[in-house]
Amino acid sequence: MTTVIKTINLNAWYGEKLALIDVNTEIEENKITAIIGPSGCGKSTFIRCLNRMNDLVDIFRYEGEIIVDNININDIEPEALRKNVGMVFQKPNPFPKSIYDNIAFGPKIQGVKDKGELDSIVEQSLKKAALWDEVKDRLKDSALGLSGGQQQRLCIARTVAVEPEIILFDEPCSALDPISTSKIEDLMIELKKKYTIVIVTHNMQQAARASDYTAFFLDGKLIEFGDTKQLFRKPVEKSTEDYIIGRFG
Amino acid sequence: MLWDAWDKGADWLSIKFLTSFPSRFPEEAGIKSALMGSIWLMVLTAIMSIPMGIGSAVYLEEYARKSILTQLIELNISNLAGVPSIVYGILGLALFVRGLNMERSLISGALTLTLLILPIIIISSREAIRAVPSSIRDASYALGATKWQTISYHVLPAAIPGILTGNILALSRAIGEAAPLLMIGALTFIAFTPESIFDPFTALPIQIFNWASRPQAEFQYLAAAAILVLLALLMTMNAAAIIIRNKYQKNLKW
Amino acid sequence: MDRLRIQRIRELAIEKTLFLCALVSVLTTMGIVLVLVFETLSFFEEVPILEFLTGTTWAPSFRPQHFGVLPLINGTLMIALGAAVIALPLGIASAIYLSEYAKPGVKAVVKPVLEILAGIPTVVYGYFAISFITPLIREVVPGTNIFNAASASIVVGIMILPMVSSLSEDAMRSVPGALREGAYALGSTKFDVSTKIVVPAALSGIIASFILAISRAIGETMAVTLAAGATAKMTLNFFESIQTMTAYIVQVSLGDTPYGSIEYRTIFAVGAVLFVMTFIMNIASMWIKNRYREVYT
Repeated sequence: MTTVIKTINLNAWYGEKLALIDVNTEIEENKITAIIGPSGCGKSTFIRCLNRMNDLVDIFRYEGEIIVDNININDIEPEALRKNVGMVFQKPNPFPKSIYDNIAFGPKIQGVKDKGELDSIVEQSLKKAALWDEVKDRLKDSALGLSGGQQQRLCIARTVAVEPEIILFDEPCSALDPISTSKIEDLMIELKKKYTIVIVTHNMQQAARASDYTAFFLDGKLIEFGDTKQLFRKPVEKSTEDYIIGRFG
Repeated sequence: MLWDAWDKGADWLSIKFLTSFPSRFPEEAGIKSALMGSIWLMVLTAIMSIPMGIGSAVYLEEYARKSILTQLIELNISNLAGVPSIVYGILGLALFVRGLNMERSLISGALTLTLLILPIIIISSREAIRAVPSSIRDASYALGATKWQTISYHVLPAAIPGILTGNILALSRAIGEAAPLLMIGALTFIAFTPESIFDPFTALPIQIFNWASRPQAEFQYLAAAAILVLLALLMTMNAAAIIIRNKYQKNLKW
Repeated sequence: MDRLRIQRIRELAIEKTLFLCALVSVLTTMGIVLVLVFETLSFFEEVPILEFLTGTTWAPSFRPQHFGVLPLINGTLMIALGAAVIALPLGIASAIYLSEYAKPGVKAVVKPVLEILAGIPTVVYGYFAISFITPLIREVVPGTNIFNAASASIVVGIMILPMVSSLSEDAMRSVPGALREGAYALGSTKFDVSTKIVVPAALSGIIASFILAISRAIGETMAVTLAAGATAKMTLNFFESIQTMTAYIVQVSLGDTPYGSIEYRTIFAVGAVLFVMTFIMNIASMWIKNRYREVYT
């Protein structure tokens, strides 16, 4: 059991507003860790810290330490960090380009120029995202022509194509129908063999079904963090229980 | 208004009108030097103003953090857009013609027009860039792309139709301007086409102004004919802008 | 990690280059201000500032020379006033029509026509004034000078009409529908809603558009140079020949004025007055628009 992500006394602000308070976590390799909690509890803020996406927000700042692979994330270039810590977003956001170009973009900016190599990366990535069979005959078509679920799997393939170690999912299914959702969940379980996965979700069943560990956030604080089965069956904290059984949020 | 110009000018339109130099004799006068001058000006102005305008727009939209300096730049740009064009002419006269000794040349004219339309180009380009959804930027950054990679691969290609539309409209504004060119001393009677950017020049609006300010009826007709040519040029540019915009709107479905 | 280092340097270089582009606009403003201040100050070394600002005779090219700018300001304001009388009522009426009454089909015709009107070069308006409007006025009011303020005012009014109309319409359209529905629910007619609800709610935007349009009229050059004449005088008669500040500047630059002479410097002094006037109005327009913007969410 290896820890790949570690946060120590993480506090984060948007302007004057405190969004995360003293968050300490250790996230394990090749496992799915789900982050749950009501809207505005800081769960998206938390995972956006892990790949420094929050750097893009002018008024954001944080204190504390975020360690990925035993390196403080401030000690490496954000681009190098983000290559290693991929992210899939709430709404599918393919580039308004062809399916092929969507996937080839990542490897290209990493310096891959060879056409044959790019072709094989595209194919492998689409296979890993269980999309290859559906799109192999129309790689040159616009990605915007795909269905929502296909687009989200394309975004996963795009992320996989740069060979990250960790993939962050920020409510990846909130814009999808149940069938597409279950495809994505199956896919995540498949992907955890090779990747460490952190998923923010609103959907308690999803967390219970797919994840190994669950963290419960409330008002910027990490309330409870532990084995998923245990947390859902026998939560330690009162507020965790209230949330899980649907008393609020 | 159009009908008025057509009524008086149409009879005077001919190939000869387009290919002759201005003359004291209305029957022999043409707009060759003015048309060529306008085309030169348009190309030079486009070369200078478009990259600079898009560059500013990209900086202000994608790089600038909220600070006093950027607020100052923004306030300043919206203000510049409202400065009368003749004031740009005064600046051009003092700065390019006199200060930098460029004389009454094409380059002085093009530089003046560049400063004149820069605010318009910046404002419209910024709107086009702002219309690109931020989810596209997020996707690119999340894959490890740098800021410039994100901008050059994704933001600009998505914004380019909108940028082009705005830039063409700004250029058509430049083409119709007479006041600043009069200020920097575009001549009204030029019997040659410019060969280099340091040659003196005339332009269509200047020629129109010259003919329109003469009392003889024939010159009024010449002015009308030249107006028809100028409007045709502008219509073409506007049509191009509209076609690009419509095509863009059709493809726009994020 | 060499590739990343090169990348970092490139990124920085690009950012700095783009910043320089953005700086050009600031330099432009500084250039305008410096040129005007510098040349105007040396103009004031020869002509007392008080004489310039309060003198009622403008005759820089006759002996004895007079440098009272008031006649030029008078001419400029006449044009602005005349244009406003035409453009403001028509502009706001067409904005109300477009925003509240027009069916989409009508809008699809009227809006492009206004856009085209806005895109026509000002020299063309000038031609239109002398070839069409002036003869018309002379039919109606015999004895009108061939160059007159009325003709120029009318075309400048037409010229700024699209600006008033489209900016006012924007302001009216941003008035939320709920406000209208509230009024209709109380039994108001369409006219009541337009004039008593929408226009007051959009008033700051409408006033801002007025100020901006008048500022544009003040700075307008080619049409007034062609149609209004070149006689700087204190008058309120729209059927006489007058001269605006802009037309004077053009007149000087067309003649062979020696560089550095006092006459040459008048360009800058008059230009400075013009710049200050339009600048104040533009700022006022922006300020009113932002200050009094009703925030509807």
